[in-house]
Amino acid sequence: MKQLCKFSFSTLVYTFLYAPIIVLILYSFNNAKYTLNWQGFTLRWYQLLLHDNQLLRTVGHSFILASLATLIALGIGTLAAVSAYRYRYRGQTLIYTLIIILILAPDIMIGIGLLLFYNINHISLGFISLLLAHITFCIPFVMLTLNSRLQTLDYSVFEAAKDLGASEWTLLKKIALPLLSPALISAALLCFTLSFDDVIISYFVSGPSFQILPLKIYAMMRAGVAPEINALSTLLLIFTFIIVTTATLLQKRP
Amino acid sequence: MNQRSAFKSLTIGTLVFWLIVFELFPIAMIVLVSFSTANSSTLYTYHFSLDAYRQLFNPIYIHVLLRSVKTASITTVFCLLIGYPFAYILSRSKLRWKNLLFLFVIIPFWTSSLIRTYAMIAILKSKGIINSVLLHWGVIDHPLQVLFSNTAVIIGLVYNLLPFMIIPLYSNLEKLDYKLIEAAQDLGSNTWRTFFKIIIPMTKAGIIAGCILVFLPAMTIFYIPEILGGAKSLLMGNLIQDQFLFALNWPLGAASCVVLIVILLLTLGIFWRASRSNHRGALL
Repeated sequence: MKQLCKFSFSTLVYTFLYAPIIVLILYSFNNAKYTLNWQGFTLRWYQLLLHDNQLLRTVGHSFILASLATLIALGIGTLAAVSAYRYRYRGQTLIYTLIIILILAPDIMIGIGLLLFYNINHISLGFISLLLAHITFCIPFVMLTLNSRLQTLDYSVFEAAKDLGASEWTLLKKIALPLLSPALISAALLCFTLSFDDVIISYFVSGPSFQILPLKIYAMMRAGVAPEINALSTLLLIFTFIIVTTATLLQKRP
Repeated sequence: MNQRSAFKSLTIGTLVFWLIVFELFPIAMIVLVSFSTANSSTLYTYHFSLDAYRQLFNPIYIHVLLRSVKTASITTVFCLLIGYPFAYILSRSKLRWKNLLFLFVIIPFWTSSLIRTYAMIAILKSKGIINSVLLHWGVIDHPLQVLFSNTAVIIGLVYNLLPFMIIPLYSNLEKLDYKLIEAAQDLGSNTWRTFFKIIIPMTKAGIIAGCILVFLPAMTIFYIPEILGGAKSLLMGNLIQDQFLFALNWPLGAASCVVLIVILLLTLGIFWRASRSNHRGALL
């Protein structure tokens, strides 16, 4: 009885989480443009999507932005996390607090803050402003993911290497990075999806010179989402699903 | 020795530099602008004034603020009521399934939240999926008018924010030492007493973290009320968006943001105390 209760409750929650996704996949095959009623099966929207250069360009922009932001955030975050694990330094609590605030702060706060910051420094809104913003909101997630992995490592490995004369960079390259690789993969995936789907922060710090996918969708929404977008989301979902499944299979969990 | 300290200052230095320039400075700017004067040609001029805060006490804004707090509270309560038992079941499930089940909570994140929210229209509208099912089963006689109401906004918010409640709760519950629960039961404590005296206090940090991660975004994700709500369900986020992009009253927008900063700092204080009483790093 108790087991049945648990089972039906979790099924309900999963249904709630997945219902809209199933709907959007179904509607990507729906043969109707302006209605959300079912009008029969079609692949029309997938064909249209492949020829919509403007839309595909924004997808490309989002890919470039998310990849670069992930790479740089991973670089800064990994080095800092390893350093913080190895050494004590002044202001440790302050940095921890800043990172927690960055995670807990609602997106709109970061977006507005950066908008005002760019405005006063005359940084024009476009690719650079977006990139800096995305790196900023990715860094804390890299730090936290790596930190929780570092806590499980045996510190004596580092000491042994150091005693044997390894330099800082050798230590990082030969010990820290290999041991951290599963966490690095999860952090990278997390950053990429956060960056790729971000609406609110990007909304305040983007300009017409560099259009990205979420904002394009947001702009289209006023006229009703074109079924092309459903087709695109379906493809992206399959794409991420393959990537994440491969990544999960590749990394052996401790 | 020299090389070590160079490595240390370079790595930590970069992070500190980044956080100061792109986090502290922007937040300070919000506070600064909220005390400045609106100016139609340069957006704002720094001339200390409390104008923005005076405008914030206008009954219209107070009304939006109260409605946002109410909506966000209801959303948080629902997320907690659904998320806590769910995270508990997840954390107690068989090791083999655990990671997979948890992954299934994350997967919805991979599609744009905008698109998923938009897809909810098809579910909630008067000729939508829920109404068709309920009418078919004879549960209701007339279609429920959910879409474009506050109820729809709350459903949309709970939907989008539920994972943010589940994740910190799950990571807290996972680390919970179940020997303590067994000990309590051996000593004759009943289920409810064990729950309130042991499980809840030990996952307090997770509960608070989850509530912050749900409450503030619930007030500010402006596209959910825009997509699912009616004209009367606009929240703080819509107000701020409007002041910055359309009405161009930046000081007023910044002052509304300061209200959020204050709420964040207050809840952070509570979180800090709770996480000190059990373990740190309760967030992920």
